[in-house]
Amino acid sequence: MEAVAGTSIPLSGSRIIAAIKASGVEYILSVPDIVTSSGLLAPIAHDKTLRLIRVCKEDECIGIASGLSYGNKRALILIQHTGFLDSINAIRGIAVEYKQPICMMVGLLHHNPGVSPRESPRYGVRIIEPILDDMGITHHLIGADADLAKIQPGIEAAYRDSQPVAFLIARSPT
Amino acid sequence: MMKRDECFRILSRHITDEAVVATYSSAVDWVEIAPRVLNYTSIGAMGLDSAHGLGLALARPDKRVVVLQGDGSLLMNLGSLVTIAAVAPKNLVHFVAQNDTYEANGGHPIPNPKVDFASMARAAGYAAVYDFADLDGFTQQVGHALKQVGPVFVTLRIEPSKPLHYDYPSLYDPAKRAAFKAAWLAEN
Repeated sequence: MEAVAGTSIPLSGSRIIAAIKASGVEYILSVPDIVTSSGLLAPIAHDKTLRLIRVCKEDECIGIASGLSYGNKRALILIQHTGFLDSINAIRGIAVEYKQPICMMVGLLHHNPGVSPRESPRYGVRIIEPILDDMGITHHLIGADADLAKIQPGIEAAYRDSQPVAFLIARSPT
Repeated sequence: MMKRDECFRILSRHITDEAVVATYSSAVDWVEIAPRVLNYTSIGAMGLDSAHGLGLALARPDKRVVVLQGDGSLLMNLGSLVTIAAVAPKNLVHFVAQNDTYEANGGHPIPNPKVDFASMARAAGYAAVYDFADLDGFTQQVGHALKQVGPVFVTLRIEPSKPLHYDYPSLYDPAKRAAFKAAWLAEN
């Protein structure tokens, strides 16, 4: 079980980005997510060392990341949990059945970081971790700076073992 | 109106070291006509053919990537035209075989057979767009189309084909994915 962060605990967007870069990620594939909009996507859009690919629908990210992986290029998919749900079939086929290193950073829209996502009054948030468990996808809750140490090892493991990973962003990074 | 296998036989004469992303009916025809290690037929979900192609093209800008997609597949992710046009990979050639049916799913019609994919691709911002309904014209121009600075979009107006045998275990064979990756990385 991973700790659930309190509401006043900070989550540093710049440190998340540093962890992403340290993981060897070159491409960010994204549909905007209000949880990560200002703290992650906006600075990434201005970052000269990451290439941001803005897509129209989240499942495109799964195919693009897979194609990149065949050329040994690393990508991180930055989406909202609604987009994750919309992409389940692509994740099922490409990430799980084909065992591709699909790395997802998923903002939990309207989530109260003071409670566990599994106990959220929001149905859409409440079902995310059980779905990931059922699909056998490793996932990490990122709710405070103390959780940032999970990012680089998680991405490294995904590419080393050719398997998907999901980082669930429990609060808006600042 | 053309036949897909006829078009692919002509196309195959121009293919050398490109990655060819092919799915469903297009994959069945293509792997029979041009069996090769750089065929990429594991898409995982309908509608993502060109997304895989975009990723391949970005990772190897020194190589060309050819996508052979069906009309039903493109309709499942029309936004992919906008994404690809925005990224503008110079090395991506995107074919859509338009037979106005979901051929792999029983031959049912697409919602609107009057849809004009070439116009959509042009409006989305593809660098070059072609629309072929005549085999002679395709034969004459396909080599030229393949050499254009991408992203290139090509509609092939084709007839529904004879019933095909969809050997999905072979198309999705993990060993073929591994062989593709080894060959794709080895290409210099």
